[in-house]
Amino acid sequence: MTNVLKKLKLESPIHISKRTDMPKWKSWLIRGGAIVAALLLCGIISSILSSGSFSSFMEQMFKGCFSTPRRAINLFEETALLLCISLAVTPAFKMKFWNIGAEGQVLMGALLCATCMKYFGGKVDDGLLIVIMLVFSIVGGAVWSTIPAIFKAKWNTNETLFTLMMNYIAMGLIACVIAIWVPNNSGTVGVLSYGNFPKIGRYPYILNIIIVAILTVLVFIYLRFSKHGYELSVVGESVNTAKYIGINVKKVIVRTMILSGALCGIAGWLIVGGASHTVSTEVAGGRGFTAILISWLAHFDPIAMSFTAFLVAFLSQGSSQAASVLNFGGSFPKIITGMFFFIIIASEFFVGYKIKFTFGKRKAERADELNAEESDGSIGATAYDSADLGDGEPNEITARIDNSAEEIALPSENNQNAQKEEEVEA
Amino acid sequence: MQDNTVAIQLKGITKTFGEVVANKNVDLTVYRGEVLSILGENGSGKTTLMNMIAGIYYPDSGEIFIDGEKASIHSPKDAFSYRIGMIHQHFKLVDVFSAADNIILGEEYKGFDVKVEAENIRAAHTFENAAYEAYNPEEHTGVLAYLKAPKYHSEKETKRKIAALPFIKIAKRIKFGWLSRNRADALQSIANRYGFEIDLKKKIYDMSVSEKQTVEIIKVLYRNADILILDEPTAVLTPQEIDKLFAVLRRMRDDGKSIIIITHKLNEVMAISDRVAVLRKGEHIATVNTADTNEKELTEMMVGKKIDLNINRTEPHDVEDRLVVENISATNHDGVKVLDNVSFTARSGEILGIAGIAGSGQRELLEAIAGLQKLNGGDIWYFDPAKDNEKIDLRAKTPVQIRDLGVRLSFVPEDRLGMGLVGNMDLVDNMLLRSYRNVRHTEAETKCEGDAAEENCIPASCEETTDVGNAARENPNIKSNKAKDAFAKFGKGVANCVSVLWSSVFLDRKSPKNLAENIVTELEVVTPSTRTPVRRLSGGNVQKVLVGREIAAAPTVLMAAYPVRGLDINSSYTIYNLLNEQKEQGVAVIFVGEDLDVLIDLCDRIMVVCGGKISGIVDGRTARKEELGTLMTNYSGLKAAPDSVTEG
Amino acid sequence: MFWTFLQRAIRFSTVFMFGATGETITEKSGHLNLGIPGVMCIGAVGGVLGESLYLKSLSDISQINGFAAVIIPIIMTLIFGALAGLLFSFFTVTLRCNQNVTGLTITTFGIGFNSFYMNRIDKTGFTAASEYFIKGFPCADSAGWFGQIFLSYGTLVYLAIIIAVIAAIVIKRTRVGLNLRAVGENPATADAAGISVTKYRYIATILGSAIAGLGGLFFIMDHLGGNIEYNIDAFGWMAVALVIFTVWKPNWGILGSILFGALYISPDFMTVPSAATKEIVKLIPYFVTVVVLIVTSIINKRETQPPAALGVSYFREER
Repeated sequence: MTNVLKKLKLESPIHISKRTDMPKWKSWLIRGGAIVAALLLCGIISSILSSGSFSSFMEQMFKGCFSTPRRAINLFEETALLLCISLAVTPAFKMKFWNIGAEGQVLMGALLCATCMKYFGGKVDDGLLIVIMLVFSIVGGAVWSTIPAIFKAKWNTNETLFTLMMNYIAMGLIACVIAIWVPNNSGTVGVLSYGNFPKIGRYPYILNIIIVAILTVLVFIYLRFSKHGYELSVVGESVNTAKYIGINVKKVIVRTMILSGALCGIAGWLIVGGASHTVSTEVAGGRGFTAILISWLAHFDPIAMSFTAFLVAFLSQGSSQAASVLNFGGSFPKIITGMFFFIIIASEFFVGYKIKFTFGKRKAERADELNAEESDGSIGATAYDSADLGDGEPNEITARIDNSAEEIALPSENNQNAQKEEEVEA
Repeated sequence: MQDNTVAIQLKGITKTFGEVVANKNVDLTVYRGEVLSILGENGSGKTTLMNMIAGIYYPDSGEIFIDGEKASIHSPKDAFSYRIGMIHQHFKLVDVFSAADNIILGEEYKGFDVKVEAENIRAAHTFENAAYEAYNPEEHTGVLAYLKAPKYHSEKETKRKIAALPFIKIAKRIKFGWLSRNRADALQSIANRYGFEIDLKKKIYDMSVSEKQTVEIIKVLYRNADILILDEPTAVLTPQEIDKLFAVLRRMRDDGKSIIIITHKLNEVMAISDRVAVLRKGEHIATVNTADTNEKELTEMMVGKKIDLNINRTEPHDVEDRLVVENISATNHDGVKVLDNVSFTARSGEILGIAGIAGSGQRELLEAIAGLQKLNGGDIWYFDPAKDNEKIDLRAKTPVQIRDLGVRLSFVPEDRLGMGLVGNMDLVDNMLLRSYRNVRHTEAETKCEGDAAEENCIPASCEETTDVGNAARENPNIKSNKAKDAFAKFGKGVANCVSVLWSSVFLDRKSPKNLAENIVTELEVVTPSTRTPVRRLSGGNVQKVLVGREIAAAPTVLMAAYPVRGLDINSSYTIYNLLNEQKEQGVAVIFVGEDLDVLIDLCDRIMVVCGGKISGIVDGRTARKEELGTLMTNYSGLKAAPDSVTEG
Repeated sequence: MFWTFLQRAIRFSTVFMFGATGETITEKSGHLNLGIPGVMCIGAVGGVLGESLYLKSLSDISQINGFAAVIIPIIMTLIFGALAGLLFSFFTVTLRCNQNVTGLTITTFGIGFNSFYMNRIDKTGFTAASEYFIKGFPCADSAGWFGQIFLSYGTLVYLAIIIAVIAAIVIKRTRVGLNLRAVGENPATADAAGISVTKYRYIATILGSAIAGLGGLFFIMDHLGGNIEYNIDAFGWMAVALVIFTVWKPNWGILGSILFGALYISPDFMTVPSAATKEIVKLIPYFVTVVVLIVTSIINKRETQPPAALGVSYFREER
């Protein structure tokens, strides 16, 4: 069995190497293509499932998003919320701090916001109340993110697992508070009537959208032009370099996580104060996790992030409309979003790596070719060449995906006489 | 000991990395039962050559013969199958495992072929049956007759035994896969055979460096290696541990194994090896019997004849003490002393070269000055030329504190893309690394010159102007032109304040961009644009960017660690010229180099470090290569006072 | 009363036990599969699909064969879980994607897939089929507390414990386990020793996911008695927590699961529990997990640390 596998591996014509030279337009073209492909695939799958036509599905998608102004506003509001949380996790990710706890940080923001609405509502002016809510939300989110950050900075506690657990502690806390507020086991708080955001124009949510638009610009500026933003990206790229130029890495970690949590808190404030006017464990609705994917897929660029967030919101709202028409049930959007993400993630591979298909190579040549590549210094697991020879050319490194190919590599007398080799650039 | 059977023979091995030739037409023979030292400076291609035997690299051309047969070693696994084992400088051990588990890790099940075993049984039975038939019971009597009587195996019995083989195979497989609790004890015998004093049940993370090395050696022995390659095995060991290691190596040699040691420590070469192969710049110079040579001859072979490089060297002028290091010591995480009581002085207008085998404490020394290495003791003093050579204590300061003290210290670290630059950032952002903290200078500030730090003068000037502004607003009856003046002043003040505030929060990419463009044009950096990530530049261009940035900070002390490593000739000369220019401008330049020719031609004084200590400081104009080579490998005579060897 | 409590705790712990064992195997190889809730959902879909197909193939519900009604869903769950694990490894190993991102995507997709499918499935006969899942040993009732604690469970409960024990033994006491741990601790060293990092990571992830999927199946067929419309993703996160709580040891995972199970069901045994108390009890597992995580990182004992290469993808050329 293993022998068969080995043979298969050796003769596998696929050969992957890293690439750094792809022009920007080309990489965005690939990503754009992937988005279109994802949309088409989602459409095709749902038309198969519903035995309806592909165009009717697409029609429903757009109808669900744009047929009425209300729907359009909803779409943009959802985009805004997703974007806000994506913006929040971005500084942390840029620093290579895996903050999976956005959901919990948003929930804590939402919880404290709702607490303010409940206890200060009616006692202070609504305008002031909204500001108090904002302050409390920011504190809630920031505290929730700072705890893991401090432990990470001080004891190098695994931040991914820590922030993940903090999500569920936040959910538990909310469930607990709700149980205290509403002892009759109904589990819902009901609409809190004070401290709701004022309507701008005829529709709700406008204020949310404006605030997030401003935040996007601010975060963009922070990351791109501010000294703090610069420091955190240096820490993310290389801790050694950060130390070399005298950055206090621990301070940067904690400071960035406070910012990250504060932005999540703002998202909680927007959700409770500006949209739901109530609090529950479902108030963040998994957006904390979706936002992580959005931020990552947008390469931590706030502008690209707003497009990605819009796309995700569009997919989810559109497909939920389609699902209700086609009687697919409420969870259909999750499938669509999941598939969408899969395809986009996969497309990143084609941006980052070159795939070479080689046909008609005999075993021996193949082995020799592998060795030729090794001579570039690509053989892994070693740092010898740097010790004796200094840094060669790291960008010409060629890789093999197959770990065990070399063990079966055989010598050959006839060196690499040209064989059919086709290079297919994906 | 040496029995003249060839264990491994290399013929015409050549290996290049890009344009760099690591090994050129190397011939080498290793006999059974000998210890062969591979001697050479850094970058002479020792490790590369050995890596080709160990299957890490594959030679571009040339042949390897093992036991007289042509071998092709493509991977460490192939090397194992040829019974070659290499112990690398960086140990490959899993920390949380016990030593025993590390030793058996990756061991493969040695096949149990049912067919072959069946043949064996059949053959054995046929043989014994033949003996049975030929047996004459009258030859022996009594108990002896019973004992010596061969047994007869019926066909049925043979068949039964053969039928059981598949099950035996399964059982063996399971037994192999199972890790018994006393697996360490089983391995202990190998350890004991060579006299290793080690507890194989101990976890790696609890072990000292020498114990880890022992584990690596046992690992190789466990795989039945006959040819052992050790890459600078003594670099991390104490003298006592070195003695122990050598005893073990001798025992293995007497056991008929071939041992190859990569080293540059002459005393050890003399102590352990039977023969020495000297490499220089990738070429095999000679192989001699240790008994027929001496340290002096080896040094000469190792460093070669002096080559004149025509590096322009001017006479230093206005020399004054800039940086004084007194008795500093430091240890690394393993507790090994990396700096041992180091004292020296760097002077302005001079290039101080630091020579030494890689890892003799050069990196730690520079990092200590830059505020990146924790020190156990000693002092570092800086004499500030801007403040009339005021003495400033640099010990136990962070890089930022050193900067804030007004010490203009530039540092070109060895690890360019991992420390000096950020590979994924473009040229401009890499320029920013040094300057991003700067707060913009405005007119108001330039007025308040002097010793006060910028931070102190900014709020003062703001307050003043704001007061004037307030006064102007409160008294509208003030004469109009006066008011105008006041307002203008106020406006300027506010503008200043805003500008200062702005520049303390936001980055200024304008001047770094200019700087990057200057560096690109002046140093002829080949890059598509200043917006290209430095990772994509070639080694030489990366170095130009880094050195250019460090020089642009207008340093008074410039430290450069291996600034020409991996660079082609032209780029190297660009760097030498830059360093010379700095020297002429009165900068104290500290240059850590590996090429002795360069050090002798470039530096005014050369300090030689060896094992974390200073083994001598010599005048660059009169220094001889052999002298430096001796000092570099002078592990035994370290007790000599640092300055006793000056003026050679 | 106590025996009933213990019995229920052990029974409920099965959900976590499958998930935790699967995730431990996966994490030992250095893969942090945050898609485990999704994997459990997908696995459950497989099982339910298998059950439904089997029931449909019968002409009459009374012809139901107990063995087939149990084994078919189990096999289908294993297949679906393995497919989800294959997806994860394909993305992270072959396509070299970020593990967290891939995991969360699988979770999103899995939850959606689960509730989408569960809504559309034909549920006739599920109650009858689930009887076979729940059924313990026939002599359980007559053996007093002993029978209650040891004999009263359904097939999956025993299966969970057996798998956890086997996993613990294999990881700790066999070469395969040793190699697996080496891959998760230091892939470069494992690679140099001739162990295929790719192969081990693929197999560990696929196997772990297949096992985790059984947790979803248990919850639906045994705990809920065939009532399939219920979110199970929360248990997936609980399984991830358990792995940390039991410091990556499947044998401790058995006890940890029972503890978590006991906490989970304990409100049912309280006299007039307030809603808030109930919620606090539910919160405790996560809280103690965080405490364990903090304490282990402060003590910094090597045996209780996460596998050193957890969440770090290994590609040779990047070394």
